[in-house]
Amino acid sequence: MTVVEKILARASGLPSVRAGDVVEPRVDLAMSHENAALVINQFQEVFEGTGLDAKVWDPSKIAIIFDHRVPAESPKTATNQKKIREFVAAHGITKFHDVRGDVGGICHQILPEFGYVRPGSVVVGTDSHTTSHGALGAFSFGVGATEMASAWALGIAVNVEAPATIRVEVKGAFPPMVGPKDLILYLIGQLTAQGANFKVLEFHGETIRNMSTSGRLAICNMSVEAGATSGIVPGDEETIRYLREEAGVVGGIDCVGPDADAQYVRTVEVDVSALVPQIACPHAVDNVKPIDQVLGTRVHQIVIGSCTNGRLDDLADAAALLRGKKVAQGTRMLVFPASSRIFGQALDKGYIHDLMKAGAVVMNSGCGPCLGVHEGALGDGETALSTTNRNFKGRMGNPTGFVYLCSPVVAAASALTGVITDPRKA
Amino acid sequence: MAKVILKLENDISTDDIYPGRFMATVLPTETPQFAFFDRTDFNAKLRAGAFAPDSIIVGGENFGCGSSREQACSTLKGHRVAVVARSIARIFLQNSINLGLPVVICPGLEAGEGDELEITANQVLNRTTGRAFDQVQLPAARKGIMDAGGLIPYTQARLMARRS
Repeated sequence: MTVVEKILARASGLPSVRAGDVVEPRVDLAMSHENAALVINQFQEVFEGTGLDAKVWDPSKIAIIFDHRVPAESPKTATNQKKIREFVAAHGITKFHDVRGDVGGICHQILPEFGYVRPGSVVVGTDSHTTSHGALGAFSFGVGATEMASAWALGIAVNVEAPATIRVEVKGAFPPMVGPKDLILYLIGQLTAQGANFKVLEFHGETIRNMSTSGRLAICNMSVEAGATSGIVPGDEETIRYLREEAGVVGGIDCVGPDADAQYVRTVEVDVSALVPQIACPHAVDNVKPIDQVLGTRVHQIVIGSCTNGRLDDLADAAALLRGKKVAQGTRMLVFPASSRIFGQALDKGYIHDLMKAGAVVMNSGCGPCLGVHEGALGDGETALSTTNRNFKGRMGNPTGFVYLCSPVVAAASALTGVITDPRKA
Repeated sequence: MAKVILKLENDISTDDIYPGRFMATVLPTETPQFAFFDRTDFNAKLRAGAFAPDSIIVGGENFGCGSSREQACSTLKGHRVAVVARSIARIFLQNSINLGLPVVICPGLEAGEGDELEITANQVLNRTTGRAFDQVQLPAARKGIMDAGGLIPYTQARLMARRS
């Protein structure tokens, strides 16, 4: 069995599962953000007329993290957040992260950071980037609000068709100024936006084994941009190190690997030793080009942050390039750390100071401009270069804008010049 | 028979169907006003009720990719349109089945705006061009939900069954 088949078998109480089997796994963690407001509506509708008490199956397994619009940008959002707070209190939901400067942040950073995700577990989230948590060896996938309401009521994911798996073998050491973001952009370009639709990307190879959990989160996060149900890195020593040292997890951690005779629909091999910085060009994430094809493109807004690349190592890389220098005139730079904890660590290490001195605006942790609802909208016809995960038309709040996606070092090097710049030559 | 009111290219994202800036709006009674909001003319026609019920939006490959936002389905359902696409992204497909938005997967489909389509059990017939295209059946795993009329009644039934 593949890793996901094994996880599904265990969670469904079956001796084995094969791709295509229909199973009903128990849910170990059910995550929502502000769209819990819609989940609550659907949840209440489930119980209407049944004569049953509208109780969630297990309040300790529900996580709700405010991140999409924090602090609220409108009375409507604020009222949704208020309604969610009331629901959280009424149902005794403990994994709740409100708008806070100590334990707040983006859901896809909070879940790993607080040790809510374990290898071998089943995680569902009302966010397409729930694929992120495969970085810790979990089968983690995005669902809609009604499916979440069903999970809140039943504690299982109903009628799940076990996905087939694509094995991704990655070898080689990254050249300087090239990293996990370039790898995943390159892969999405190769696979295309629907190349992994209904499938899992299972990552293997020395490059993955040597990659930090931060990098693994970035590649699993963006697996959905190739259509994948989930990305997954089988749990290993690094997973255990991260959970023990950074997430404070005590007790058993059970890493699940694939069987030697696991069946894959396809194997993709990548050697990163000659990889160059990759850029996803407007308006599709699979419109990926090596950086030399877009060098010199004028950039009005640089964004570093998000659930993809707003982690401490990302901020360290950006700060190292910007220290003692200035963001180009006519270009604005926005930084939003992935969590309040990361923000605090970046403060302690001086990265925030470096970035601000260079001219960057550092915002509170949250989804920020990535989905174009909150701060950082583009002006008509403007161009952004961003470390986020989507560049669809209108994504950064303006349908006439252009969004290019890149790694933190490309974003930082380009902030200094105001045009897309190769960090290897900066 | 129903008319194609919009023909779209590949990889239409849920940001296109329902822009992120309207995500705080969640009620199915309120989401329809924002359907394809940035396609200004089409949005205006939808809101003006210019199309007959059950009219068809034709998508290319990977229709509904991107965000899991369920509003992308409720907004279309509110206008009583159906989606026929060459392929459909996973979460959008599941959301459609869960909410009861009619969707048909038809890999070879060729149809333009104004064409009249007839959807049979296994095919899509383009009555304007006279061509027939095979459907791919929706995942068998989801049949129980479709038969129940959506995921809410399905979950209700499962809850009641547990109780008895």
